[in-house]
Amino acid sequence: MIEVRNLTKNYGRKTAVNDISFTVSDGKILGFLGPNGAGKSTTMNIITGYLSSSEGTVSVDGLEILENPREVKSRIGYLPEQPPLYLDMTVREYLSFIYDLKRLRLDKKAHLEEICGLVRIEDHYGRRIRNLSKGYRQRVGLAQALLGNPGVLILDEPTVGLDPRQIIEIRGLIQSLGKGHTVILSSHILSEVQAVCDRVIVISQGVLVADDTPGNLTRDLTAHHRLRARVAGPQDQVARLLEQLPGVADVQSLGAREQDAFDFLIEAADGADPRRDLFRALAGKDWPLLRLEEAEASLEEVFLQLISAGEPEAEVEPKSDGEPARSGTGETIDGGDA
Amino acid sequence: MTAVMRKELSSYFHSPVGYIFLAAYYALAGFYVRLGALYQYTSDLTQTFSSLFSITLFLVPILTMRLMSEELRHKTDQALLTAPLSLTGLVLGKFLAAVIVYAMGLSVTIVYGLVFMLYSSPDWTILLGNYLALLLMGMALIAIGLFISSLTESQVIAAIGGFSISLLLLLIDAMRSISQNQLLNAIIAAVSFYDRYSVFTVGIFDFASIFFFLSVCAIFLFLTVRVFDKRRWG
Repeated sequence: MIEVRNLTKNYGRKTAVNDISFTVSDGKILGFLGPNGAGKSTTMNIITGYLSSSEGTVSVDGLEILENPREVKSRIGYLPEQPPLYLDMTVREYLSFIYDLKRLRLDKKAHLEEICGLVRIEDHYGRRIRNLSKGYRQRVGLAQALLGNPGVLILDEPTVGLDPRQIIEIRGLIQSLGKGHTVILSSHILSEVQAVCDRVIVISQGVLVADDTPGNLTRDLTAHHRLRARVAGPQDQVARLLEQLPGVADVQSLGAREQDAFDFLIEAADGADPRRDLFRALAGKDWPLLRLEEAEASLEEVFLQLISAGEPEAEVEPKSDGEPARSGTGETIDGGDA
Repeated sequence: MTAVMRKELSSYFHSPVGYIFLAAYYALAGFYVRLGALYQYTSDLTQTFSSLFSITLFLVPILTMRLMSEELRHKTDQALLTAPLSLTGLVLGKFLAAVIVYAMGLSVTIVYGLVFMLYSSPDWTILLGNYLALLLMGMALIAIGLFISSLTESQVIAAIGGFSISLLLLLIDAMRSISQNQLLNAIIAAVSFYDRYSVFTVGIFDFASIFFFLSVCAIFLFLTVRVFDKRRWG
């Protein structure tokens, strides 16, 4: 179990992580979402003991990292954002070095083979890391984190730079690891976190803005419909018609993507679903609807939503000044849930 | 500590650095043996050792420049610092690896001593005293170089920093001969490597000098640990 309490990290006057608290119980996968510079890596670096916190505590299985650094570090496998690889070593030499560095007392040869099999790098065992592709380097990085079967795995953006097939493989691997390990995984890809994690924490500018299951977060997002439509018809007139539909809050023209057909982004009013009205209206005008789909909310939008949802709450509730965004958003998500 | 040391040793010889250092050391030592002993028709190596002083000053930064900066640049320090290993163990591992490579270079003097034994009877106490002195001085320089390397991500800056310290150590002794300032001269005498080293070349086994070099090692290894600690808290 990982317990993070009131974690704060200051770099001079800048606060990179501001009073973050959460716990992850055994055998769970926690997703860490946030844009670049949100404080994800800093938080992970503190949990693994690479950085020290300015305030707050981190404990793994009840042991605090500042009091028992060696014991805690031996329970954590860490894959940093940039895998810590020695390019002039072969995969074998590198993993053997990390094995020694972690002071493991297992059957070395069998253990290295087992881990290499797990991340599928057995065929590249004798190759120099310098000559490996990004995907394989990432796997070697994952392999070093897995050495010694630590109970806790901290993976900082483990699928960055991989091709789609590799991404699916690594995700599957992480999911299977989640059964026996406690995993914290950071990402800026929403769908990845949705696919893999039991719980999601969203961090923005060092502040925790949401802490919920992926299901609840998406429900909250999809409560608010956004549609992308492709219509064969005159652009201006179609836009005007769409704007007048009941339940439509805003229409944005995205231009022509096909000959004589235009794309529109339709923002629905809260709780409204304008799809049926839209179909009938277009049919009435004989402007064929070529395509209609739910526009996926990007992470940026999740943030805008989460943060803008947090602000007014903070104003209403002056007592939660210290952590306005967090308490505010927590309630918003619960509200969306209900 | 031993894992780091072994890794560091192997990386010296995975890259050209280890070979270049040893080749340069052997070539220059050979040159000075010829100049200081063979041309003088003597088996006394003190002249050679005296010249090796400046060689050591300029070759050691090659050994130390990448020790820490390379880790910082490739962010491999993240693996080292999140492993169940103390900072002191990490720093000592690196230090010892560099000392071993340095000692491999220096040991060529023992080979010369053995060769001279075939033709004459070299004074082994002086030779080993010199060897020990040069080893200790090299260790002190390695500790300083390791410290400089921990300050920067750039090997080049670490190398220039190391060379600057070496040059300074050479120049301050020259400065003493032109300076009239008592205080300045006292300071130079207190930090001079050459003073501490040269007593050995005339055959005196000086414990104060040994203590001096070991202290320099301890201070700079301690500072290197502190640099990493500070970076963590920064």
